[in-house]
Amino acid sequence: MKRTIPILVAVLLLSFAAQAQVAKAKKGTFALTNASINTITKGIVSGTLLIQDGKIAALGANVSIPSGAEVIDCKGLTLYPGFIDGGTSLGLVEVSSVDVTVDADELGDLTPHMEAITAVNPNSVAIPVTRVEGVTTVVAAPQGGRFPGTAALINLAGYSPDAMYAGFKGIVMNFPTAGGGFFDRRSDEERKKDEENALKKLNEYWDAATLYHRIDSAAQTNREVKVAYNPEMAALAQVIRGQMMLMIEVNKAESIENALKWVQAKKIKKVVFTGVAEGWRVADKIAKAKIPVITGPIIAMPTRESDRYDRAYANAGLMHKAGVKVAIRSNDTENVRNLPFNAAFAAAYGLGKDEALRAITITPAEILGVADKMGSLEVGKIANVFAATGDPLETKTQIKHLFIGGYSIPLDSRHIQLYQEFLQRSHAGEK
Amino acid sequence: MKKHIFSLTILLALLTYDLQAQVKPGTLLIKNGTILTVTKGNQENSDLLIENGKITKIGKGLTAPAGAKTIDAQGMFVMPGIIDAHSHIAIDAVNEATNPVTAEVNVGDALDPLDISIYRALAGGCTTSHAMHGSANAIGGQCQTIKHRYGGVNPEDLRMEGAPRTIKFALGENPTRVHGIGRGVMPRTRMGVEQVMRRSFSDAKAYDEAMSKYKAEVASNPKALPPKYDRRLETLADVLKGNILIHCHSYRADEILMLMDVCKDYGIKSICFQHVNEGFKVAPELAAFGASASVFADWWAYKFEVYYSTAYNAAILTKNKVVTSINSDSGDYIRHLYHQAGKTQRYGELSDEEALALITINPAKQLGIDKRVGSLELGKDGDIAIFNAHPLSSYAVPQYAIVDGNVEFDRAKDADDQRLSVDPVKSTPSFMQARSRHDHDRCMQGVFELMNYLFQN
Repeated sequence: MKRTIPILVAVLLLSFAAQAQVAKAKKGTFALTNASINTITKGIVSGTLLIQDGKIAALGANVSIPSGAEVIDCKGLTLYPGFIDGGTSLGLVEVSSVDVTVDADELGDLTPHMEAITAVNPNSVAIPVTRVEGVTTVVAAPQGGRFPGTAALINLAGYSPDAMYAGFKGIVMNFPTAGGGFFDRRSDEERKKDEENALKKLNEYWDAATLYHRIDSAAQTNREVKVAYNPEMAALAQVIRGQMMLMIEVNKAESIENALKWVQAKKIKKVVFTGVAEGWRVADKIAKAKIPVITGPIIAMPTRESDRYDRAYANAGLMHKAGVKVAIRSNDTENVRNLPFNAAFAAAYGLGKDEALRAITITPAEILGVADKMGSLEVGKIANVFAATGDPLETKTQIKHLFIGGYSIPLDSRHIQLYQEFLQRSHAGEK
Repeated sequence: MKKHIFSLTILLALLTYDLQAQVKPGTLLIKNGTILTVTKGNQENSDLLIENGKITKIGKGLTAPAGAKTIDAQGMFVMPGIIDAHSHIAIDAVNEATNPVTAEVNVGDALDPLDISIYRALAGGCTTSHAMHGSANAIGGQCQTIKHRYGGVNPEDLRMEGAPRTIKFALGENPTRVHGIGRGVMPRTRMGVEQVMRRSFSDAKAYDEAMSKYKAEVASNPKALPPKYDRRLETLADVLKGNILIHCHSYRADEILMLMDVCKDYGIKSICFQHVNEGFKVAPELAAFGASASVFADWWAYKFEVYYSTAYNAAILTKNKVVTSINSDSGDYIRHLYHQAGKTQRYGELSDEEALALITINPAKQLGIDKRVGSLELGKDGDIAIFNAHPLSSYAVPQYAIVDGNVEFDRAKDADDQRLSVDPVKSTPSFMQARSRHDHDRCMQGVFELMNYLFQN
């Protein structure tokens, strides 16, 4: 028995040692000194950025560093606000071809009450892979059907969906379209008819939701009125009341025009168009309606065989030029980390570097109504910050420090771990 | 009627002319660019002369021969035309998914010179690609290395004359899904894939021996009987003899090791693993065998066999001395392979030379065409890409693509609407949903129709 005690102690110590090797997020007060600070909204300043209580407490040339703060020398590095991706399936899909790992697409055409935040897996392997490249915040959006569900903005750090929730929800709608996919074998007439039927059905849903809203409103003042449990309609009623944003996925030019008319007819108060692949064809009309867009992916094929090869790259710039407020999304799952490169392509093909950077920081924050909390480096905002060796839209640039919600996040992911293990294998392959 | 006959005659004459015509190599002077030779360093503010399709001079102050075209590349970067070791553009058919072994078919018989993807690849600086059979079968069809000579109607113009023959093999989920699950025939497992390979090689060896025996015998005995002609086994015998290079679709480390073992047993020395997402796990073994690797820059997690992979794959392979390239497998990615190569600087900090080699000289080696293309050297083909910034910059925009000294893409002359004539009444072509990223495995194109058919019956 006596002998077992030292063994037990050794085992315990070993397990502590093993645990100590796992890098964890760390909360604290951090002073990022000697940095070049790209605030996005207020120019580039040199000096210190102070992170305290999860927020940006101070920044500039004359920041007094509180005692006990961890000082991180950022000489030669530039600080940026964490990038925001306005449309992904991150957290909802693990391996897209393995059905049981796909939680983005519930059965049914009318499921606006499906909450993406419910199914976000905080431990998805793709989350660390994404954030170490500077993307700290994403919209996780459900898909499939007319109203697939309620999308949620999440920060890419935390042990629960609740901890990750970043203050925005929106109801996703796929606008009826006559556009077929690659395998669509319907005739033009059949497509047209299907589109008309789909629009009719959509209007029926909307009429029902409007009726629900009236009954439910009446029930607030009249106790005689009873409202049956109807979560689908309750969800849509929030849009009708202007309490929730409607995120309309629409890509084909003709469908965008139809969607503009529909939004006007239904008097939708808070709305954003997503996708908008052919936005450049009808950019003036989108601008006139003052509807913002979250477009992407930018690194994509033209939508028509006859279009110039670079139309998808140029789309964001062309819409911006026409006066549309443009944010960029990756529309990806495992490679949301390509968001900054999508912005780079948009920049090179007409959007310009500054606007491209805004399109993945302050612009999506403004569109989603969270610009008071994130999207730029300003005092009082959430400390979503990373330090890069140069322009983070360039592939050559390395990310050196990362903070999400004031936590120092280890620059670790499965991709990095595999690199560290296999760059120089310890085992040559002998038995 | 006479008018019709006249038109028909003209049309026929044009067609015959075109079928006989080979694209004429061009003469071209590129002035004042930064020349990235890939193999022999960079030369700033230099000129490059192409005469009759071949690079004849690189240096300063070169003059153009009379009548030759000149491109002023001031402030631009001149690099070898990009080479894609894995694509499915410019072909009408990808998968002959009806048998686990279809070595007899050849995608070179289904070339489509009108595919807009060729032009779009050029617009990304890509001048040569490896048009591959798909990955539905353990042993698929033969592939065709093509040059992006766009604008004609003759499929023969696309073939890169003298390029070695290649064949597609495939391991893992695709062949086991199509044949095992889809058709109920071996292979259903990675064990089965190995045995399909071994039986095929064994049959091919026996066939070749029988054919050799017959050829020896028939010299003295005109009545000797030949073995029954079998194009599948004849092709595989050529694989065994090293006359056809294997390009094998693969993902997992174990299956990569398996195929190298099978190749060792049959004396096969040349093999290029395609995709090879877990190549980094067996990089020392790949290097020892002399196998090469053609990988994606960052694709992972879209199916289970790529879940345990890393974007650092190309860097690990390169640093372990495996000849590595980055491929597209996609009509989209073939347009920005320079950007994909740039990602190896984010994931593994490869040097500019190492990163550029991934899309030039290394894929050329894998296709056996490195004496002709893949670097800017005297005597090599005049295949060039010109960018307005360093091609590894995310902001770089390709300006020209040149094949055999002919300008095939010129961004300044690129039209917004690519239609030859626009009908003002019926003006809108149909909207093609840009292929979503989950369709990116074009390796499986042509299989879905077959699967639908199978499951309906």
